[in-house]
Amino acid sequence: MEISRRVFVKSGAMAMVSLGFAPSFLARAAEGATTRTKLLIAIFQRGAVDGLNMVVPYGEADYYKLRPTIAIPRPGEAEGGVDLDGFFALHPRMEALKPLWDNSALAIVHACGSPDQTRSHFDAQDYMETATPGIKSTRDGWLNRCLQSIGSDTSPLRGVALTRQMPRSLQGHAPTLAVGNVDQFNVRGGMDAERQLETAFAGSSDSLLNGSAKSAFEAMRTLRGSTSGPYTPRAGVEYPRSPFGQALQEIARIAKADVGLEIAFAEATNWDHHVAEGGTQGQIAQRLDDFARGLSALAADLGERLSDTVILTMSEFGRAVAENGNRGTDHGHGNAMLLVGGPVKGKKVYGKWPGLGADQRFEGRDLAVTTDFRDVFAEVATRHLSLSTEAMGRVFPRYASAGPIGLIRV
Amino acid sequence: MRTHMRAIAAGFVVLLAVVTTGSTTPAASIPSDRGAVEHALNRLTFGPRSGDVERVQKMGLSAWIDQQLTPSRIDDSALASHLPAIPAKPATVNSPQEARRYGREAVQVLAAQKVMRAIYSDRQLEEVLVDFWFNHFNVFAGKGRTSQFIPEYEREAIRPHVLGKFRDLLEATAKSPAMLFYLDNWLSADPEAAERLAAQRKQRLGARGQQPPNAQQRRRGLNENYGRELLELHTLGVDGGYTQEDVIEVARAFTGWTIGPPEAPRGRGRLNGGRRARVGAQTQPAMDIDPGNAQFRFMPALHDTGAKTILGQHIKSGGGMDDGERVLDIVAAHPSTAKHIATKLVRRFVSDDPPAALVDRVAARFRETDGDLREVVRAVITSPEFFSAEARRAKMKTPLEFVTSAVRATGRDVTDAMPLLNALRQLGMAPYMCQPPTGYDDVAETWITAGALVTRMNVAQQIAGAQRASTIGGPEFQKR
Repeated sequence: MEISRRVFVKSGAMAMVSLGFAPSFLARAAEGATTRTKLLIAIFQRGAVDGLNMVVPYGEADYYKLRPTIAIPRPGEAEGGVDLDGFFALHPRMEALKPLWDNSALAIVHACGSPDQTRSHFDAQDYMETATPGIKSTRDGWLNRCLQSIGSDTSPLRGVALTRQMPRSLQGHAPTLAVGNVDQFNVRGGMDAERQLETAFAGSSDSLLNGSAKSAFEAMRTLRGSTSGPYTPRAGVEYPRSPFGQALQEIARIAKADVGLEIAFAEATNWDHHVAEGGTQGQIAQRLDDFARGLSALAADLGERLSDTVILTMSEFGRAVAENGNRGTDHGHGNAMLLVGGPVKGKKVYGKWPGLGADQRFEGRDLAVTTDFRDVFAEVATRHLSLSTEAMGRVFPRYASAGPIGLIRV
Repeated sequence: MRTHMRAIAAGFVVLLAVVTTGSTTPAASIPSDRGAVEHALNRLTFGPRSGDVERVQKMGLSAWIDQQLTPSRIDDSALASHLPAIPAKPATVNSPQEARRYGREAVQVLAAQKVMRAIYSDRQLEEVLVDFWFNHFNVFAGKGRTSQFIPEYEREAIRPHVLGKFRDLLEATAKSPAMLFYLDNWLSADPEAAERLAAQRKQRLGARGQQPPNAQQRRRGLNENYGRELLELHTLGVDGGYTQEDVIEVARAFTGWTIGPPEAPRGRGRLNGGRRARVGAQTQPAMDIDPGNAQFRFMPALHDTGAKTILGQHIKSGGGMDDGERVLDIVAAHPSTAKHIATKLVRRFVSDDPPAALVDRVAARFRETDGDLREVVRAVITSPEFFSAEARRAKMKTPLEFVTSAVRATGRDVTDAMPLLNALRQLGMAPYMCQPPTGYDDVAETWITAGALVTRMNVAQQIAGAQRASTIGGPEFQKR
């Protein structure tokens, strides 16, 4: 076991120099360059972020009553939140997003969530990623169904997750790619080894092996031709050096390489703060700092490309309104989603605010849900990705839209 | 040895005729063709080595399965030389940083041990099951001080019970510092008890000054985390028929189940090389104790003694630690638990889409043997479904199975597990580093993706060298 990581990386870089033939979809992507595709970047905050400390309803007296040790002070007070509209404030460590808000490029949907009441992380993530709350038999993800419906191209680079495992959102018939890092996405051992393996997988009767390998080799050739060399973000842009920040940087890199990226996916983890969640300092503050600086860097790095990009954040459910016995929060219900981008009608907190009073809470304990998360998904899919009305039923089965919220420009 | 085996094998035939719930493998139902042996080796071990198929054929597949189900019969003394030593727990810890460093190092070595055991142990099925059950009762080394408790968690809570009674396994995890810490139960307290204690402390300490800070303030009330995952993941399953009320009631029953130093001997003020044990230590939190000393403790003062109703069963008021044990009885015996465990085992050993008829039979076996895991596993791996044509080569290897089976297939001698652990990290399956309590997935779609296949091809190069890389990195080797 003498092979070191350094050798691995080095030979990967060398392999990138040799170019393969360009697959057909690359030519198509080049043709379509004048009508550049819309881009959706979906970000999953796994573990259920505390939406009430992320987008703080500081106008609610109950917020402060029920969170004696973890509440975020009102704007203007020491370490207070970043005021948005006189009622809501961003967590103070999310200040990096304020310029986007001021430019009307950031919108928030609060008290948003699932019609299903599960407090299981696993189920709730599944329901959100399949966009079929309450139905466990759904095999594919809503983002994959979007890809199936908004185009017929089979390039795996239309849908890319910067994760080591394929997220449920992107699983399905449309070829997609999950890759931890672009530079490591190369077969070692030279072109002969690569062709031998490609042939072997092409001959496999197992559709999962066959299809995944086909996507891999196609994407590898395309990326090799378009992203070689170290990536430099736009001047002045600094991504957090966290896994989340690095994943976002890779998304910008692939987006700017113009290889036909339509839907990208990344995740921010570690939000399940049952103990010592913290308020303006501590665990959640650190996580939100990473989160906000990452989003802000991505928006800045995309530059002009942001004009046809929507960044959408989501989390499986919110957390209980009252802090628990360990200065943390237990699993709750409603939460907040963020939308960033040129097509976003920003500088507004959308959704009917249900209040935090005892009789206003869901089951007496959680933020009630007044906006179905699918209302947000559906509007992004139809207005931004131009999903047709006919395809709506396939992407969002058993869902009747309550009409657009109006957060994406027509 | 061989004579012994033959005698046992002969015994089966007799037993088969007269015993219906006996614990031996019905040899008649087990095929013995080469394909069946290869299949069994693929599913019940971390992959066949050169010559394994012939060895098992010679011994008889049925006898080999019996032997694997009774690992104490297998001499595994050669394994020891392959296992790096886990660092000793520090006698005293002077800073949280030091404790964290110990935890990090211990888990790193444990991860190396895990890979080495998978490659070199002759008790292969036991290793497969240790992996399965650790994953079922997953704890995450990255959460706080969980890592410091993980070596003993695997050694004492998981390993001794993987072929024992489910109820014992469940209790061992419930009382392990690793689980108590990871799912926060160690901090869960009856809110009124917590207030009462705070008042007492204030009175006792008076003007003498403050408590060690954070911990005292943190332990103030109920935490639902363990209660929920116990029902959802460890026992009944998410559709097992429990409610949010049940979650709260279970959490109440487990208040006071926490982590503490060993009971201080009377009249002795010193403990663990200089740390002072406080009088009445059972009311003190464990935040400032040494990892080497922490163990399960029931602290009555934190317990909610009120009556509880769990899954329709009543627990009288006035209970103590037995409230939690009663909950374990209730959930371990619940039919949903039998079904949940059966489904997961069938998924692991037979198919990503567990055949319903087999799940029902295995669940029935679970119920009639009072959760005897040896018999439950036996029911899975000697079933016609296990050996069916549809089941063969139908599972995809997880990264752990891929990496270890590659080493076993090539016969390479591994002295340093680090490159293999790096490969596992790249493939998204670093040992002990699965953050959510659900554990790592066991279905093909999770692990066979375009990105992962490329990494597998490259790992094949590392392990097998250029000559065999196209086999190990190729499509057939990804199946098991």
